[in-house]
Amino acid sequence: MSVEAPEFIVLPGPDNGKPTIKEAARRKLSSPWAVFVVAIITILWTIPIVGLLVTSFRPSADAQNTGWWTFFRNPAVTFSNYAEVITGGTTMGTGIMPYFFNSFAIAIPAAIFPLILASMAAYAIAWVPFKGSIWIFFGIFALQVVPLQMALLPLLQMFNLGWSIGDIPIFPDLNKPGSQQSLLAGTYIPLWIAHTMFALPLAIFLLHNFMAQLPRDLMEAARVDGAGHFLIFRKIVLPLSIPAIASFAIFQFLWVWNDLLVAITFVGGTPNVAPITSYLATIKGSYGAQLHLITAGAFIAIIVPLIVFFSLQRFFVRGLLAGSVKG
Amino acid sequence: MDELLNGLPKLGSAAAAIALFLAVLLVLFLIGGRIRGKLQGPVAIAVFLGPAVILVTMGLIVPAGRTIYGSFLDADQKEFIGFDNYSWIFETQWGTLTNTILWIVITPIASTGLGLTLALLLDRMKRESVAKSLIFMPMAISFVGASIIWGLIYEYRPPTSDQVGLLSQIVMWFGVEELPNWILWQPFNNYLLMIIMIWIQVGFAMVVLSAAIKNISPDVVEAAELDGAAGWKLFSRVTIPMIRATLIVVLTTIMIAVLKIFDIVRTMTNGNFGTQVVANEMYAQSFVQFNQGHGNALAVVLFIGVIPLIIYNVIQLRKERAIR
Repeated sequence: MSVEAPEFIVLPGPDNGKPTIKEAARRKLSSPWAVFVVAIITILWTIPIVGLLVTSFRPSADAQNTGWWTFFRNPAVTFSNYAEVITGGTTMGTGIMPYFFNSFAIAIPAAIFPLILASMAAYAIAWVPFKGSIWIFFGIFALQVVPLQMALLPLLQMFNLGWSIGDIPIFPDLNKPGSQQSLLAGTYIPLWIAHTMFALPLAIFLLHNFMAQLPRDLMEAARVDGAGHFLIFRKIVLPLSIPAIASFAIFQFLWVWNDLLVAITFVGGTPNVAPITSYLATIKGSYGAQLHLITAGAFIAIIVPLIVFFSLQRFFVRGLLAGSVKG
Repeated sequence: MDELLNGLPKLGSAAAAIALFLAVLLVLFLIGGRIRGKLQGPVAIAVFLGPAVILVTMGLIVPAGRTIYGSFLDADQKEFIGFDNYSWIFETQWGTLTNTILWIVITPIASTGLGLTLALLLDRMKRESVAKSLIFMPMAISFVGASIIWGLIYEYRPPTSDQVGLLSQIVMWFGVEELPNWILWQPFNNYLLMIIMIWIQVGFAMVVLSAAIKNISPDVVEAAELDGAAGWKLFSRVTIPMIRATLIVVLTTIMIAVLKIFDIVRTMTNGNFGTQVVANEMYAQSFVQFNQGHGNALAVVLFIGVIPLIIYNVIQLRKERAIR
C-alpha cells in the first residue's frame, strides 16, 4: 500500500520527464541481476536436499560408487532402500518405525504443554498488575540464554534420584525400592518435562510481546462488566492469541522433532522411547558407508517437518513475526 | 501393518497425557474463577504464573546453580578443587574455545547478512514466495538430517575414482587434481561445518527481516526519496535504522542457536580433526569421559560467554518498554 507522490510535485530539472526515483529504485532492485542472484541462491539452497532425495531412491551399488548427479544420465530407481529402513531388513533390527512413532508421541505433548503454560504466564505478566512483574519478565527473558547444557546433568539427576533441600523433598525419588531403575526410565515423561522447561522462556517472551499489544480498552471493558482474570483469559485473550500460540506450537513441534541433545541425554537410543533423530545419529555412526540407507532414513525423518512446514507456512511465518518484529 | 499397530499405544499415551494436563488446568480454572474480592488477583497470579515459574526454576535456575557449584568439584563431584577445572580448560582447550568463538561470530553475521541481502532483493520481486519457501525450507530440517545431507556433499573419494561428493566433483570440473579430504582439512573444515548452519539459518533471517522491511511506513520511505535518498543512501540511512531492532533480534537469536550447536559437530566429526566446540566437548566430558567437573566448567564458560548478550538485550528491552 505505497502512498504515491502527489502529481503536482515537479522534480528538479534533470529528473524532469524521467521516471521518479522510486520507480527507478524499484526497477533497479528487480533488475535481471537481482533475479539472477536470487535464482542462484535458491538453487544452491535446494540442491543438497535434491541430492538426498535422489540418493535415497538409487540402488545401493550406484549410490555408493557414483555421484547422485549421474542419476540423471543413468536413471535407476528402487524402493528397496525404504523397505529395508522401514522393516529393518536383515541387519537393522526394528527399523525406523518405532522411532518414528516415538517422535510423534514426544513432540505433540511437548509442543502443547509449554504453549498453554506460557500463554498463561504471558497473560499474567502483561495484564495482571502486580509489583515485580517487570523483573519476572526480564528474568525469564534472560533465562533464554542459559545454555541447555547447563541444565542437563542436574535435571537428569533429579529425574533419576529425586531432589530435596535438606530433608524436604522437592522432587520425589522415583526409584523402585531396591532397584537402580527410576520409574520414569523408559517413559516419555522426562522428555516432556524437559522440553517444556526449556521452551518456556522463549515462549513466554514471544507470547507476552503479542498479548501486550492487545487493545487495553477491551480488557477494561471486560473488567467493568465484572469479568475476572480467568474469564478474560479464556474468553478474550486466548481466542485473540490463537494465531501466535498456534504458530509457536508449530515451531516448538519442529524443534522437539528435530532435537537430538535432550533426547539422547534423557532416553538414549532404545526403540521404546527414543526419537527418530537418535536413530538417525546411530545409523549414521554404524551404517555411514551405506549412503542409500541413511539417506532413506533421513528422508523419512525430514518428511514430517517438511509437510508441517509447507502446509502451515503462512501460520508459521506470521507467528515468527508476531514476536520478533515490532512495528 | 504391524509397525502401525505397534505405534498406536504410543500415540495413545501421548493423548492421555494431554487429556490429563488439560483436565488439571480445567479444575484449576473452575476453582480460580469462583474466587471473588481481594484474593482474586493473588490467586490469578499464582495459577497463571505459578506453573511456569516453578518449571523454569526447577529446570533452569536451580540446575544452573548446581552446575556452577559442580564446576568447582572434581570429576566425581565429591571434592572441592577450586578453579582446577577452569585452568584445565584454559590450558588444554584453546582450540575448542577459538572454534566456538569463530562459530559465534561468523555464523550469525553471515546468516543475517545473506538473509538481509535476500530480503532486500526479494522485496519488490514477483513470485518471491517460491524462492522464500525454498530458502526457508532447511529451517524445518533437523541438524542430524542436515549433516547427512551435507555428508553427501563433503564425501571424499580418491581423485582417481568416481566422485560421490558434490563438492569434490565441482572442484574437479574446474580442473583441480589434488583434492583435500574436506572434513579432515584443518582448519577449513570448521568453515565447512559452519556453512551447514548458515544454510539452515539464512531462511529465518530472510523471512523476519523481509517482514520488517515491508513494515517500514511507506511515508518514511517516500519522504526520504523526496529528499533525494536512493540506493545505498536510502538503505544505510533509512532502511537499516528502521529495522535495527529486528536485526538485533535476528542476530541474537542465531547466536543463541549457535551456542547450543552440538548436533552438527557431533554427527559430522564428533569434534575430531580440530573442529571441537565447547558444547560438544561438554557433552563428551560429561557422558563419555564421565568427568562431570570438566563438563560443568565448560557449561559455565558457555554461560559466561553469553552474559554480555543478555545484558545488552535487557537494556534494549527496557528502552523499548520505556517508549511504550
